[in-house]
Order: sequence, then structure tokens, then C-alpha cells
Amino acid sequence: MNALMTRSRGLLASPYFTSLVTVLLLLVLLGMGGAAYPGFLSLQVLFNLLIDNAFLLVIAVGMSFVILSGGIDLSVGSVLALSTMVAATLLHRWHLHPLLVIAIVLALGAAFGAGMGALIHYFRLQPFIVTLAGMFLARGLCYLISINSITIEDPLFVMMSRSQLHFLGGFVSPGVVIALLTLAAAIFIAHFTPFGRAVYAIGGNETSAQMMGLPVGRAKVLIYAGSGFCAALAGLLFSFYMLSGYGLHAQGAELDAIAAVVIGGTLLTGGYGYLAGALSGVLVLGTIQTLIAFDGSLSSWWTRIVIGALLLVFCVVQRLMSIGAGKGGK
Amino acid sequence: MNNPLDAQVGDRLLRADFPHAAMPASSALKRLLQHALFRPAAALALLLLLDLLTIPGFFQLTIRDGHLYGSVIDITNRAAPLMLAALGMTLVIATRGIDISVGAVVAMSGTVAAMLIGGHMGLVNGVPAYVSKTPMAWALCLAMGAALLCGAWNGLLVAWLGLQPIVATLILMVAGRGLAQLFTDGQIVTVYYQPYFFIGSGYLLGLPFALFLVGAVFLVTGLMMRRTALGLFIQAVGINPVAARLAGVRTASLIFFVYVFCSACAGLAGLMISSNIKSADANNAGMLLELDAILAVTLGGTSLAGGKFTLVGSVIGALIIQTLTYTIYSIGLPPEVNMVVKSLVVFLVCLSQSAELKTLRQRLFARRASGNAA
Repeated sequence: MNALMTRSRGLLASPYFTSLVTVLLLLVLLGMGGAAYPGFLSLQVLFNLLIDNAFLLVIAVGMSFVILSGGIDLSVGSVLALSTMVAATLLHRWHLHPLLVIAIVLALGAAFGAGMGALIHYFRLQPFIVTLAGMFLARGLCYLISINSITIEDPLFVMMSRSQLHFLGGFVSPGVVIALLTLAAAIFIAHFTPFGRAVYAIGGNETSAQMMGLPVGRAKVLIYAGSGFCAALAGLLFSFYMLSGYGLHAQGAELDAIAAVVIGGTLLTGGYGYLAGALSGVLVLGTIQTLIAFDGSLSSWWTRIVIGALLLVFCVVQRLMSIGAGKGGK
Repeated sequence: MNNPLDAQVGDRLLRADFPHAAMPASSALKRLLQHALFRPAAALALLLLLDLLTIPGFFQLTIRDGHLYGSVIDITNRAAPLMLAALGMTLVIATRGIDISVGAVVAMSGTVAAMLIGGHMGLVNGVPAYVSKTPMAWALCLAMGAALLCGAWNGLLVAWLGLQPIVATLILMVAGRGLAQLFTDGQIVTVYYQPYFFIGSGYLLGLPFALFLVGAVFLVTGLMMRRTALGLFIQAVGINPVAARLAGVRTASLIFFVYVFCSACAGLAGLMISSNIKSADANNAGMLLELDAILAVTLGGTSLAGGKFTLVGSVIGALIIQTLTYTIYSIGLPPEVNMVVKSLVVFLVCLSQSAELKTLRQRLFARRASGNAA
């Protein structure tokens, strides 16, 4: 009995615990879907989850770094929309080469994020308010470019949209490959580089990180630049997916990304969590959407309610865990 | 400015900016310049001046059918829901919190009221009259009840569970609109009941009724904050929650109250909006209102770091936002510019509040002064 207690407490205290819960939740959701709907558990349905949510995964990866460092980035959805808009404009009004367009869009996204990061660090402004203003700015810039949707007909973009990579009897889009590569790179950066360790240290306690001699300022600017870069990359994936640039694209995507990161087991207070959690979080959100779509009788707003409820459960559990671990007070 | 160091820095800055400010004759001017409301009021005045110069007949007021009409009335009337939301948000921000569920609460209360009232043209005793589904008083009470419930939920999560305010209210922000859509089955509910429209578009003594509502809420809040210790306690919690708790302030109940109050304001704003547009759109009502409310509070001079707050400032902030919108529309700029301008204003206001910028400027001034001396 006693041994069981210790073991269960050991499991609860293990850093993998919240991530494991999410994976378990994902399996339960998939099991429920499989039991209720024949054909739900086919490989292609799982691949479709990835295809539909590739852009969300990329934003969630950028958001993970921000949240791990104890900040928040509310501008990602708008930066995504702005990227689709800029890409469409550069392609069809300025007739630039698509590869050049991709490079420009990614550079703009990173610069936008770096600017916000600099404001946050050097002027000690709250990340929340700075990225909120960034969200307004990026959406406003979208509408300044055009209030209408711009169709993208560039051959490279169309090719990326149409091509199917066959794999294990199913197929995925090139966007999925890009998203998974981004995730792999992010996992490497977070867990195997000095920069990654600095991110965790800043999230744990910024003052201590500073006193340890870590380059806090540079790291923070880089974190937000990375988030902006990811948002721009997600914008490109989104424009492959939708083949258009539009100022209303991805409204509320920042909330989905935050939800995915939290559900993936990253603490919103920073300094705790795994990058891979972003994938499980995004897959849980995607599975819920697919379940609701399969059901057919449930309406789309159920997605919001379920995501809200999941957020609640995870936040409360995290909070109780941190109280239990004696960390409380934050 | 609650920090003595800040005040000192501000004082030195002022002297650097206005070398003559030390003279007794201009000490009144100095006090005026240092007043917390000086900057927001000056910004509003500047905007109004711009309107006066560019829009012909901006300050003209005409009386038609016993109602006062004019741009100024129009701006204040349209700013009414925002002013309400900003009043609630001020108290939340004063306790170092934030409430991003305001828009969802607006959608919720508007939806509940519109659904319960519904209404159609019917015959009462052989006379055609407007008939509501449930008595309007009940509907309004239930709508406000729903808003209070939302506030209690937020308060519970923040005050007793200790969740970060932005996370706690994020939950309701995501789920609230979904719930409102669930009530209406995703439809836009239209109201056909004349008396309900009075809240949002009625006139009393020649002025829009909405302004009286805002005035009443403002007065009650102001009295609560000034005449009771509540204002002091809220400020204490914002400046240092731990110290306030150790000094015997019931921090948790206070924080709970603040969130309930914010949601109540949002609920009233929701009634106003749905009554004004004669329908409730759970998906779009009050969209991004929370952001405008936060912006209004910041513009008014309340620091996002909590502590000292000013209700008048927030009202002025809301007026600035609405005047800005009106100006952009009237000058003939595309409405899309509005968001860009708003965001730039937020950046500027935040930067002007940041202590780092002050020290930077001070250092620059000092260098220039020493350069001149040499």
C-alpha cells in the first residue's frame, strides 16, 4: 500500500506527468471516436488532423518558447493573416519570385516579433499589452493593404497546395512535413542548446537568470522574434492551404495556440513544460474538432465550449499541482 | 506615480523640460501639468481641436423633436458601452488584474435579454400593443444575473484558486461566446419589443438615456471609491497584495468583488448594445470590446502595473477612442486606419509610462546640459 502511494506520488511529481495526461487524453478521444464512428481510426483521418492543423502546430511551437519564458504573444494570429496578405500582394501586384516572397515574409515576421521583444525587454513593458497592440497593428495593416481576399495563383504555391506525399498508404501535404520539421528543430533548440536553457531559466526566474550572467535581453528578443517567425511561417502554410491572402484569416488563432500549449502540459507561469507538448495539444484540439464534425448534429460552437472546459481543467490541475509541490504563491 | 522615486524623477524631468517651472508664479501651472488627468484631457482636447478645424459644424447642437442632436452627443452616446466596460476594467486593473472576457459577457447578457424578451405585435384587449415573451423586468434581471454569474466565475478562479487573471478570464472568453451561441442555436435573435429599445436608443430630458445610465454607474462607483475605504483597499491590493493581506485587508473578497463588478458593467453594456441594434448577435456583439476597454483605461492614466487608478481618466480614455474613430471616419480616411492608429497610440502611451524611457531621456538631457556647460 505504502509502496503504491510513493510510486503514485512519484508519478505525479514526474516532469512528464502533465504531458502524459495529454497523450492519454488524446488516446481516449481517438478511442471514443473509433468506437462511435466506423472509419474514424483510419490512417488518413489522423493524417488529415495534421494537414488541417499544420499551421496551428507551427504557431504553437513559437508560442511554446514565449510561454516557457513566462511571457505571452497575442499577436500571432494577426501576424499570420498579415503574412498571407503580404505574400499575396508581393506575388500578384509586384510579381516577385515566390522564393523571394517567402524569404521576405519570413524576415518581416521575425522583425515584427523582434521589435515587440525589444519593447518588452528594454522598456520593461508587459508582454500582454505590447503583443495586444501588435495584434491590432498587424490586423490593421492587413486591412490597409486590402479589405478583400486576394487569390494566390502562383504555380509554386499551387503546387505546394495540391501535391500529396504518399506515406504508409495515406498522404500528407508538404505543409505537414514543414510543420513537423519545425517542431523537430524547436525540440532540439529548447532541450539541447544554451539558448533553450536560457529560455527555461528566464521562465523560472528572470532575475536569477540575469544574475547567473545569462544574456536575458538577447534571449527575450530572440524568443519573440522566433514567435513572429513561426507566425509568418504558419501564414505561408495557411496560404498554401487556402491559396489566398485575407485580413480575416485565422481570427482567434492566438487563443487556439495558447490553449494547445497549455493542454500540451506547459505551465503558463513559465519555466516548465516540453516543446513536444505542442504537438499533443494541437492534436487534442484537432481531434475534438474532427469528433464534432463527424457527429454532424453538434454545432461548431461546441468546439469553443469544449476547448474552454479543457483549458479550465488543465489550468486548475496545473495550479493544484504547483500548490501540492509547495511552489504556490505565483 | 505612487512610487516616491517616480515622483522625484517626474519632478526633475519637469524642471528639465520647463526651466522656469521652479518659479512660484508658475507653480499652479506646474501642479496642473503634473495632475494625473492632464495628459488624457490634453489628448482629448487636441483631438477635439483637430475636429473643430477639419469638420465643419462639429460642435453644432440642434434640437429636433425635443432631442439634442450633434456630433458631440453622437460621440458620447456611442462611447457609452465602452465607458461602462472601462469603468469596470479600471478596478480590475487597479488590483493588478485583467479581464479579457468582457466581450463574451456582453454577448451573453445581450443574448439572454433578447431571447427572453423576443416580442411581437399582438392584441391586448383588442388594442394592438407590443408583447414580450417574459416581462421585461424579469428578462433584464436574468440577463444581469447571467453577467454577475460570469463575474463570480472569474472572481472565483482568480481570487480563490489563484489562477493568473489573464488565464482565468481567457477560459470564459473562449467558452462564453460558445455558450451564448448555444442558447440561441447560432441564430441572431431579433427583438420586437418597443420598451426594450429605450435602454440603448431612448431619450430622457433631450439627452440619450444611455448617458444617464453611464452617469449613474459612474457616480455610484465614484462614491464607493471616495466615500468608503473600498478605493483605498483596492489601491493597496494593487500596490502590494501581500502587504495588503498582512495589513488585514481581505484581499480575496476584494478581488472577487472587482471581477463581479467588471462583469456587471459589461452586462449592462451588453444590454445597451443589444437594445441599440434591436437584436443580439452572440458571435459578434462586443467583439474586441475588452481590448478597447483596456486601451481606454491605459489612455486614462491608470498604470497596468496596478495601484493608483482614476475613474475619470478611464471615461476620458473611452471618449478619446470614440472621438478618434469619429474623426477618422469624418476626415475621409479609410476606416481600416483606425486599428493601426489605435495600436500606435497604445505603443506610445505604454512607452510614455515606462520608467526606463524616463531615465533614458533624463540621461540624454543631462548629457546635453553638461555639454552646454563645457
